[in-house]
Amino acid sequence: MDKAEALGLYQKLYLVRRCEEKIREEYFKDEMKTPVHLGIGGEAISVGVVQALPPAALTFGTYRNHALYLAKTDDVEGFFGELYGRASGRCKGKAGSMHLCYPERGLVATSAVVGTTIPVALGAAMASRYRGRNEVVAAFFGDGATEEGTFWESLNYASLRGLRLLLICEDNELAIHTHVNDRQGHEGLLSAVSGFRCHAERADGSDLPAVLEAARGILRKMEKDPRPGFLHLSYYRFLEHVGPLEDFKFAYRKKPEEKELQRRDPVHRFEQTLAALGARAEEIANVRSKVDERVLKEVAAAQKAPFPEPSELMTDVFV
Amino acid sequence: MKRNIQFREALSSALADEMTADPSVFVFGLDVPDHKRIFGSTAGLLEKFGPERVFDTPLSEDAMTGAALGAALAGLRPVHVHIRVDFALLGMNQIINMISNLRYMTGGQIGKLPIVIRAVIGRGWGQSAQHSKSLQGMFAHFPGLKVVMPSSPQDAYSLLRASIRDDNPVIFLEHRWLYDVVGEVDDAHAVPLGLANVRRHGKDITLVCTSWMNVEAHKAADLLARRGVEAEIVDVRSIAPLDAATILKSVRRTGRCIVADYDWSFCGFAAELAAQIHHGCFKELKAPVERVGFAHTPCPTTRPLENLFYPSAKTLVRAAERLLGLDEMDLSQEKFYTYEVNFKGPF
Repeated sequence: MDKAEALGLYQKLYLVRRCEEKIREEYFKDEMKTPVHLGIGGEAISVGVVQALPPAALTFGTYRNHALYLAKTDDVEGFFGELYGRASGRCKGKAGSMHLCYPERGLVATSAVVGTTIPVALGAAMASRYRGRNEVVAAFFGDGATEEGTFWESLNYASLRGLRLLLICEDNELAIHTHVNDRQGHEGLLSAVSGFRCHAERADGSDLPAVLEAARGILRKMEKDPRPGFLHLSYYRFLEHVGPLEDFKFAYRKKPEEKELQRRDPVHRFEQTLAALGARAEEIANVRSKVDERVLKEVAAAQKAPFPEPSELMTDVFV
Repeated sequence: MKRNIQFREALSSALADEMTADPSVFVFGLDVPDHKRIFGSTAGLLEKFGPERVFDTPLSEDAMTGAALGAALAGLRPVHVHIRVDFALLGMNQIINMISNLRYMTGGQIGKLPIVIRAVIGRGWGQSAQHSKSLQGMFAHFPGLKVVMPSSPQDAYSLLRASIRDDNPVIFLEHRWLYDVVGEVDDAHAVPLGLANVRRHGKDITLVCTSWMNVEAHKAADLLARRGVEAEIVDVRSIAPLDAATILKSVRRTGRCIVADYDWSFCGFAAELAAQIHHGCFKELKAPVERVGFAHTPCPTTRPLENLFYPSAKTLVRAAERLLGLDEMDLSQEKFYTYEVNFKGPF
């Protein structure tokens, strides 16, 4: 990775962070009436994998989708419009945070029911194979989704048919507040999927270059040998399951040492990568200030945008 | 071209004709290409269109329903088949949380969702409680799904073609006893979704029927005719969207109505119909609307109890007599439909 590419990636990574920090700042004004599942700590996964995917690749995600949405679409206006429930929202305010999508830009669907978009991605991969192309389709999901039948059903069928379905597990070890050790009866996901005819890789999801390398690596294998890929990326969820706050005061987890928090902070980590690549402090600050300005502008626009017309209630049911 | 064919062949012909017309149509589901071919309703497709367009699935109803959605999002027109509607329940998360919601939830960004989910419903030969449901009321409860129940070979053919061409998700429910029914099918006769059908005209009482209940209603109407009662039969055909106008028009004229829905009545589609009819025909009704449906129990296996569980022509005759204030006619010498005549099991 050279400095220019790294600065480009930093812009995307920092955009996600800034948007979510802005949500935290604004949330208790109670104008954004939608449950937010913030992904602070996990931004490098969406940014890195989207960077590695072919730009036209269809992607599917979850309710913790802000990073994926922004990385895949760069649509800050539609993003905040949607969170504020305005007509300017990408989904006209009918989706809110949990169902954000932008099919035209390749984020086809997200879902707030765990595991539900994995088989939908499978179907898109089947469709590509049907047309004789077998292109890569990507499904992002959390570690909890691997406890759902749809994960295994989809992995099984993609393995059976040699479909290029990339399964990206964003593993923060928590399902709401329940730790993985209280949920999973196997010795780790990589070994659990190893009996299937698929490729599998693991990487530190807090480290953007590591994510990028792992994603590019598995995509190369999938290209050469058409099978599904399972990409297991670990990260640390800094905030509560849903909402803008930290929740270390509750007994289910302890606040890590400051040094460990910094190690699990993908933005902090990547700033060190940038420095090592020779990026100067003012170059980094320049990226940040442009992003800050853009986010401020779009939040202000969303706050002023009109709500949908009452007639919108009944549209979009049937064509 | 007009042909006299069975209901099952009407379905396979509709599939073949749509697959010929549009290469994006494919048919999949457990047992679709096996030697039995879903009661014969997918016969000939594998040979004609090959395994890329006609294929089996693992026992993964949840993921395969999601896959149908994904394929539709990617521009194809999947027809997903369940040999029992009871098995589609394993895919309900996809149907109710994703398929029915998705156009709305995306603010219309996803414009088309051309998915047909065919499912076999209804009574068979000792099918008991997990192989015999209908569920039309449950599906129709959710905004965003069309629900279709053909009851004649012509409707099976025309409505399946219309469903495949429709850009909305369609649940297509086929009663297994109807597969043997023979009738004239004109492949040039199109039937759009969303229209009820007056299958028999009469002035004294309206029987609003779904699926197999149409067959029972014809027998009941024949019996009632013997004592001078003219029953009108309205086949709902399209549960959602519902053609209330055709139903209300009939009841306004007859002033009496039995809703015969092939399902449980409690909290079911029959309750919806009864409510709409009471509301729309309050002035014309001479008696409250009667509902005829399953006993409110799980479906039993043993034949004597099964016969009590399901409504029949006899049930309809008795309900009509109550509504019309007539004595019970003698039905002891009558022969009613029994599956034993043409089927000895095991499936």
